[in-house]
Order: sequence, then C-alpha cells, then structure tokens
Amino acid sequence: MASTLTVSDSKINWGGGNEPFKASYGKLMMWFFLLSDAFTFSSLLISYALIRYSHPAFIGSSSEFTFSHEYWPVPERVFEAFPGMHSLGIEAAPLVFVGLMTFILIMSSVTMVLAVEAGHRGSKAEVEKWMLWTILGGLTFLGCQAWEWTHFIVGTEHGLTFSELINGEWVTRTIYGANLVENEYGPQPFADLFFFITGFHGFHVFSGVVINYIVFYNVMLGTYERIGSYEMVEKVGLYWHFVDLVWVFVFTFFYLV
Amino acid sequence: MAHDSTLSPEEASKKQIRTIWKVAGILAFVTAIEFVVAFSGLHDTLKLLIFIGLTIVKAAYIVGEFMHLRHEVKFLIWSIILPMIFVCWFVAAMILEGGHIH
Repeated sequence: MASTLTVSDSKINWGGGNEPFKASYGKLMMWFFLLSDAFTFSSLLISYALIRYSHPAFIGSSSEFTFSHEYWPVPERVFEAFPGMHSLGIEAAPLVFVGLMTFILIMSSVTMVLAVEAGHRGSKAEVEKWMLWTILGGLTFLGCQAWEWTHFIVGTEHGLTFSELINGEWVTRTIYGANLVENEYGPQPFADLFFFITGFHGFHVFSGVVINYIVFYNVMLGTYERIGSYEMVEKVGLYWHFVDLVWVFVFTFFYLV
Repeated sequence: MAHDSTLSPEEASKKQIRTIWKVAGILAFVTAIEFVVAFSGLHDTLKLLIFIGLTIVKAAYIVGEFMHLRHEVKFLIWSIILPMIFVCWFVAAMILEGGHIH
C-alpha cells in the first residue's frame, strides 16, 4: 500500500493508507486481543501464585504424601490417574494423562501452522485436511479434559477422613472428590483454582474449536479462494496457538510445580 | 511467509514445513525434559526455576515461530513482548509475597 502513495512527505506517515506494523488490520487486532486475553489468564496465574505460596507446602518426599487440609497438595499425587489403568493393574501414572493432553494440544498447533502454510500456497485441499486435523485435536483435548474433571470431581476410593467442629461438637466424616464447597485433595482454594483455571482455558479451547470449524466450513465453501487470500486461517491460527501457549503455562504452574 | 526471496515458492514451502516439524520436535523434547525434572527429586526452588526457564523456552518457540512474531516488524514484537515482561514480574512478585503471608 505504502509504495503507491504519491502524496507530499508530511502525509506519508499521518495521512492514512500506511501500515507501520506491516500487518493487516485484522491480524493486528487479533494480536492486541490476545494480549488482553493474556492479561486475563495472567490474573488467574497471579492469584494462583499468591494463594498457593501463602499455604504451607508439604514437607517430605512425594511418596509419603497423604491428602490433608493442612498443606498444599503435591500435584503429581493428585493427578495420577489414567483411563483404564486399574484394569491393566497399574497403581499410579502420575502426570501421564496431562502429558498426553499437552502432546495432543501441541500437535494440533502443528497441524494449524501446516494449514496456514498451505493457505499461503492457496492449496484448498491441504488447508481443509490440516484444519480438520486441528479440529479433531481440539475435540480430543476437550474429551480428555472432561474425563480429567470427572475423575477430579468423583475422587478417590478411600476419600479423606477428617474431624471438624460443627455446633460445638467434633464430627468425623469422610469426603470424596472435590467441588467448589469441599475438597478431598487439600485446601479448598486448590479445587477452586483448578476449576477456574482449567475451566477458563477449556472454554477457550471450546470457542477455538467452534471458530476453527466456521473457518473450515468457509474453506470448504471456497470463500477464501474467491477472495484470493487465506488470511482468515492465519488469524484463527493465532488464536489457536495462543490457547496452546496458555496450556503450556497451566501445565507448568498447575501440574508440574 | 517466504523469508528468503532467492528460493522458489516450492523450495520456500518445503523449508517452512521443515522448520515447523523441527519446532514441534523441540517442543516435545522440552516437555520430555520437564517430565524428567519433575521426578528427579531436585530441590524445590531449583526445580521451580528450571520449570519457569523451560516454559519460557517453549513460549518463545510457539510465539516466535508458530505465531510468526519473530518475523514481524520490530515495533509489533515489542508492543507484545514489553507488557508481558511486566506481567512476568508481577507473577514472580506474587510468588515471593505469597511466601511471606502464612
């Protein structure tokens, strides 16, 4: 655009028709939307950091760890289930399932860049193929998260037995799993933050899948072929990579640390 | 997306696809290292620092290559990176502050 300007020097920068960032309006606004979305996720991670480190940590090796409301749980002992592992005779598979979820999301990010790359060449069939793989990856991730949530909510077989003072009397009871009111695994904020952070991320994945599907549908209809540009695939790609990026942080701060 | 104008479109596209798979390999490799570190029984603070370092490496590859930010104009790069540097500081500050509350 800028090369076609023939107006006087003073108008080159301020008269419009210029692209100082060498990116289209849509892409630029996607970047700034993602920046603001990053602030939202940061606020969740900031709350997580503050709340987690204001609770005492469990002292001792992770094999001696037991659930208690007294200290923050060791994540690798909370998230150690894998679908069907008991029928295979495996006692615990710590973090293997989230590792798999991470792998699925990173792979769907890879297929997304491949779709963008195919878009640059204007290869409609390839864009369709890679977009479809991306959508499948997103749906698989959501399925895994549904299983993860179910397992977290239902809880372990032994549960957590503890005593508490109710109306001046000590009552001993056992709770199973976690929700926004009770938490078997540790202090209540642990469960609350789990639901808020993974839930907010999961909702982003869900909207990403919906937007990906709309773009995929338009690719099939030949909308972008008619326009002569597959830039919309790039824009939705930015969003999808951002979702992957957030998961990288959730994986580290919620599951590994 | 072609960065090298001397390459033909087919060559540029092949090069691009190679880069994509290379980055994917690096991301998988870094995640594998994180797993090893998680079960290595290292000291907690050291572990935390390694995890944060590796997460930033992964984030840099995703944002730089997959989201193509590395190849954008300098002003665009900084308008995204600069606010995030302050956010990182905020997270670090809250981890430290949280440790002083209980």
